[in-house]
Amino acid sequence: MRPLRALSRFTALALATVALAVPAAPALAQDSIRIGLVTFLSGPAAGPFGVPARLAAEAIVESLNAGKAPSPYNAKGFGGSPIELVVIDEAGGATKQVAEFRNLISRQNVDFVVGYISSGDCLAIAPVAEELKRLTVLFDCGTPRVFEEASYKYVFRTRAHATMDAVAGARYLLEQRPDLGAYAGINQNYAWGHDSWADWTAVMSVLKPEAKVTTSQMPKFGAGQYGAEISALMQSGPEVIHSSLWGGDLEAFMLQATPRGLFKRSGLVLVAGEPNLHRLVGNVPDGTIVGARGPHGVFAPKSTLNDWLRQIYQAKAGYAPNYPAYSVAQAFLGLKAAYEKARLEKVQKAIPMGANRNVKEEMEKAYGRPTTEEVIAAFEGLTFDGPSGKVMMKLGKGHQAVQGTAYGMTRTVGGEVRLENIKYYPVEQVQPPEGVNSLDWIKGGLKPGKW
Amino acid sequence: MSQLLAVLIDGLIYASWLFIIAVGLTLIYGVMKILNIAHGSLYSLGAYAAASLAGYWFSQGYFDATVAHFGPGYEAIAIVASYGVMALAAVLVGLVAGPLIERGILRFMYGKDEIVLVLVTYALFLILEDMIKLVWGVDPYFLYQPYGLLGSFDIGDLTYPNYNLLLFAVAVIIGAVLAWVLARTRQGKILLAVIHDREMAAAQGINVGLVYFVTFTVGAMLGALGGALTAPMISVQPGIGAETIVLAFAVVVIGGLGSLPGAALAAILVGLVRAAAVHYRPELDLFSVYLVMAIVLIARPKGLFSTQEVRKI
Repeated sequence: MRPLRALSRFTALALATVALAVPAAPALAQDSIRIGLVTFLSGPAAGPFGVPARLAAEAIVESLNAGKAPSPYNAKGFGGSPIELVVIDEAGGATKQVAEFRNLISRQNVDFVVGYISSGDCLAIAPVAEELKRLTVLFDCGTPRVFEEASYKYVFRTRAHATMDAVAGARYLLEQRPDLGAYAGINQNYAWGHDSWADWTAVMSVLKPEAKVTTSQMPKFGAGQYGAEISALMQSGPEVIHSSLWGGDLEAFMLQATPRGLFKRSGLVLVAGEPNLHRLVGNVPDGTIVGARGPHGVFAPKSTLNDWLRQIYQAKAGYAPNYPAYSVAQAFLGLKAAYEKARLEKVQKAIPMGANRNVKEEMEKAYGRPTTEEVIAAFEGLTFDGPSGKVMMKLGKGHQAVQGTAYGMTRTVGGEVRLENIKYYPVEQVQPPEGVNSLDWIKGGLKPGKW
Repeated sequence: MSQLLAVLIDGLIYASWLFIIAVGLTLIYGVMKILNIAHGSLYSLGAYAAASLAGYWFSQGYFDATVAHFGPGYEAIAIVASYGVMALAAVLVGLVAGPLIERGILRFMYGKDEIVLVLVTYALFLILEDMIKLVWGVDPYFLYQPYGLLGSFDIGDLTYPNYNLLLFAVAVIIGAVLAWVLARTRQGKILLAVIHDREMAAAQGINVGLVYFVTFTVGAMLGALGGALTAPMISVQPGIGAETIVLAFAVVVIGGLGSLPGAALAAILVGLVRAAAVHYRPELDLFSVYLVMAIVLIARPKGLFSTQEVRKI
């Protein structure tokens, strides 16, 4: 009996300790700002997108917390409060993500959520964020539908949407091949592939209406085997192939198409190819047109912020940051800029407080944390600096970022794929103005808006 | 070249791959009446093991060293050795994972309902998928060198890597060897006896446990071989097993669960229909495999080569 009794005493003691410790945890965490980071940690999108985004977020948070980021982001954490990350895997589909999101808010008690690479997840999360009234920054997903089909108060997206992929890609292609007569497509058979191809054909029908589509291949997501598709592409004889394949599908397609000589016959435009380039040495032909939805990754112009991101990411990951790393950087820096602006505005508003009777209370209010509503007010329409240049929150009533973009051509030099002949496109050439639906803007002749 | 010929070639290449990934699944079901969902993980393990082992072989310069050692004109030795390393990876996976799973888990489940066994192997699949992530991480692996080692051949205006011929040859050899073992050898006859009636076979003195053990190990090896042979064509990453098991399952169901000729015919049927869809109506590609499955199952609910089951009283 004795050991048992001792055991039960020990259990009771342990339970009591846990019970005492649990309520103490939120109290300890009050000083820090908790941010839920949702990114793919497993599944096909983890390697090229999710993991680089996580590594970048961790490196950025460490640097911000240490106050080592360059100006204007040199204040520690967010306005002096350290940032604490709660990382969640985005894999599992939209239904699971909605449950995870609710969990992040109600159980993990995060102050903000930064996340979502999949457009399906963004579309599912936005209304839930609105319902739960928690500021959520979508950092990477591309579908323009988020703010073109709805309006949100609590949701922001700090990265430009995907319309620019097709618009800038087609502009670049036609500058290189003004006499283009025929093109084909290979895109995955799900929302992203269909949207990307629909945008591309719409842009081409405006910019080069006489160019013909030879074939549109729509392999299953994760198909792995592309033998028949490659034959069909070869036989249809396009001058250029458009593809929004990404990750493992893109790599498998390139591995199978290169030895068959497909790219000796046809050029290639990879609208989402940038994250995979460094892995495709020897399997990506010179002259492939590549974009990164914004001047991210290798397209990013030299700046102090860009040098900072490259240095901290390289130290963390061991290789240079790709575009998801830049996307997540924009999300954290945008949120920090909005938070600190809100804090400053709060203090400024409270300055003539000598007239107030309760000075202590007023001081606490003025120097306390800004509320979510105050951060939102500061975030709407904000222009801030990111590692790839200025980011303007100018679409979706100030909730959707716009940025110019860039395209370039690959050339393999000494075992490294480089991008050359880089061309930058300003916002007005690649993004629809506020209040205009992307597809309508394309079909209406891509008229430049005023920014 | 006519499109029809392209459909035929693309279809047969795809069919070879389908047969290689499905044959282990149908063999295990035929003998053990286990629908092994973990076959997808064995495929992944084979791909990862080949990418690691053969990747090491290439990255450490053993291929070049072998070519240099035997001199010009004898590159074939280095090529054969490279494929040997891939095959070795598959054999090792089969020899380690097969016995571990069969002796460690499945043998405690024999005699239970088929649904229970599906759930057990599904749980195993989930565990193995996570284990793969723990061991290899989530970054993809490449093993592209073997795909181009054999050169290529031209038919009309199309070029195909000879590696596709290797896939075709492996599929034919596996099919022929299994058919020969089943029909012409003593072990094959023992296997057929166990397939027909496990209890009666045991009563005749057949070591059913050993038959199950060997069958599962061979099936695991075939699954891993499918992965190893696919590795040079893809980016080896988490999740490849899930896609594959669904396809393999479709092929096995179309052919009739447990039927070797059924799996072969189903693979050819699916391969040709999919290739025809890609060439003539690409929008039907996604749907083509399941269209074949639906039509076959409407006409023959137990698959093409289903056998009449004797109801036991």
